[in-house]
Amino acid sequence: MMRLSINKFLLATALILSSLVGARAQEHNQEGEAHAQHEGEAAAPKGKFNVGEMIMHHIKDDHGWEFAHGLTLPLPVILYSKDRGLEVFSSSQLAHGHEYNGYKNEHGKIHRVDAAGKVDHEAKFYNFSITKNVASLLLSAVIMILVFSAVSSGYAKNKGKAPKGIQSFLEPIILFVRDEIAKPSIGPKYTKFLPYLLTLFFFILINNLLGLLPGAANLTGNIAVTLVLSVITFLIVTFSGNKHYWLHILKPTGVPVALLPIMIPVEIVGVFMKPLSLMIRLFANITAGHIIILSLLGLIFMANHMGGMGTSIAISPVVLFFTLFLNLIELLVAFLQAFIFTLLTAMYIGSAVEEHHEADHGIGYEGVEAH
Amino acid sequence: MDLLTPDLGLLFWQVVVFLGLFLILRAFAWKPITESLNERENNIQSALDLAEKTRLEMTALKADNEKLLAQARSEREAILRGAKETADKMMADTREKAESEGKRILEQARESMQNERQALVMQMKKEVVTLSLDIAEKVLRKELSDKSAQEKLVTDLVSNSRLN
Repeated sequence: MMRLSINKFLLATALILSSLVGARAQEHNQEGEAHAQHEGEAAAPKGKFNVGEMIMHHIKDDHGWEFAHGLTLPLPVILYSKDRGLEVFSSSQLAHGHEYNGYKNEHGKIHRVDAAGKVDHEAKFYNFSITKNVASLLLSAVIMILVFSAVSSGYAKNKGKAPKGIQSFLEPIILFVRDEIAKPSIGPKYTKFLPYLLTLFFFILINNLLGLLPGAANLTGNIAVTLVLSVITFLIVTFSGNKHYWLHILKPTGVPVALLPIMIPVEIVGVFMKPLSLMIRLFANITAGHIIILSLLGLIFMANHMGGMGTSIAISPVVLFFTLFLNLIELLVAFLQAFIFTLLTAMYIGSAVEEHHEADHGIGYEGVEAH
Repeated sequence: MDLLTPDLGLLFWQVVVFLGLFLILRAFAWKPITESLNERENNIQSALDLAEKTRLEMTALKADNEKLLAQARSEREAILRGAKETADKMMADTREKAESEGKRILEQARESMQNERQALVMQMKKEVVTLSLDIAEKVLRKELSDKSAQEKLVTDLVSNSRLN
């Protein structure tokens, strides 16, 4: 009973926090975009600081990894088109708006240009470039493989003994995922899904934390990444759903027949809504955190613009204090979002593989219906 | 690259890398880790079970021991009681025997003393007779040394002895 209530409390806290942060993110996002558009229309003079642009530049993907202004790690651009086949070249070829091989990089997006230098929007090609996010993704994969092979070898080395080093650091987290997320949410069949839940949890956690580093990519705040994760969750839930799961969708128990025409579409929409909410929650939370921190730091540069050097120096301590505070919150959010994504995935899987019990139908998976 | 439209390249790489990561970690990390964790948990559980079992065995053993001890104690008491009884009896027997022996010896002594006294009295009687005869003889010899005295005595004797 205690554990359940703690889980409920955590979940509620997480949802409240995530909705708050999410709402704020949207505001900022819209503001930023409006700001950017406004500046664009007014034909902002060169050199004028544009916070919206700066923020968007930081949270979006890019060809080449810019650690600081002027310090950019070029990354491979991989393009495939039917007429030209596979093309691989360094992103530094496209830097500063240069044209290369008939390609041009405009605001981080590669376009084909014709001989006259005009962008050809009709040309069809596929971009499989190692972008900043892909590089960060590969980096995180390498980190995870190194860390967990070290942990795994620790178990082989300290067989029958107490855990040591990084093994004892990560063991409680692994046990937490197993005992607090997988076991209570899925039930006795949890072992089959545990590898996926562990991979998911640590992938999100490590990329959330990596994203907090200065100059790092915003990987878990990218909708493509969260889309893939939630689609995999969706596929697992769909393919492991037993007949009770499908029956519940087609014929929800305890619902009057008259309501079925409403309830069945609701249930069917719910099937897709669950992974969709996973996708948006993670994306919005992480992106929002980045936007808030960047907006705060942007204040210093705005002050420099409007009030000069003195103003910016005067507000810096305040801004830094808030940034530090928000960074700490982001650290919490990094763990929280990894936990929520994994917990909800486990709950969805749990509801799909649950054996049917008349008695506790509808209350067995607390909180699932709330999302 | 817009914020809300997923990028094909990143989608592709995310699928490839995440699935690859999942497969690699499942084979080389999660499987050995979860197996070791389960094994350790089983070991701990079995150790706890064994401890509990040993504890129960110890309790049973202790109860047995106590029973044995109680038995031994009662046996000891029985033996002690028996020994005391025997000793008491032996002592009583000995006392009785000694008493009767003493009585017997006393009796015997008294008897022999009696005999001795009788013998002594007899001896003395004999001695007294002899002595008095000797004395009488001597007296008579002296008394009857002269004739007149002899006659007087005979006269006396005759006068005293009345012939009736």
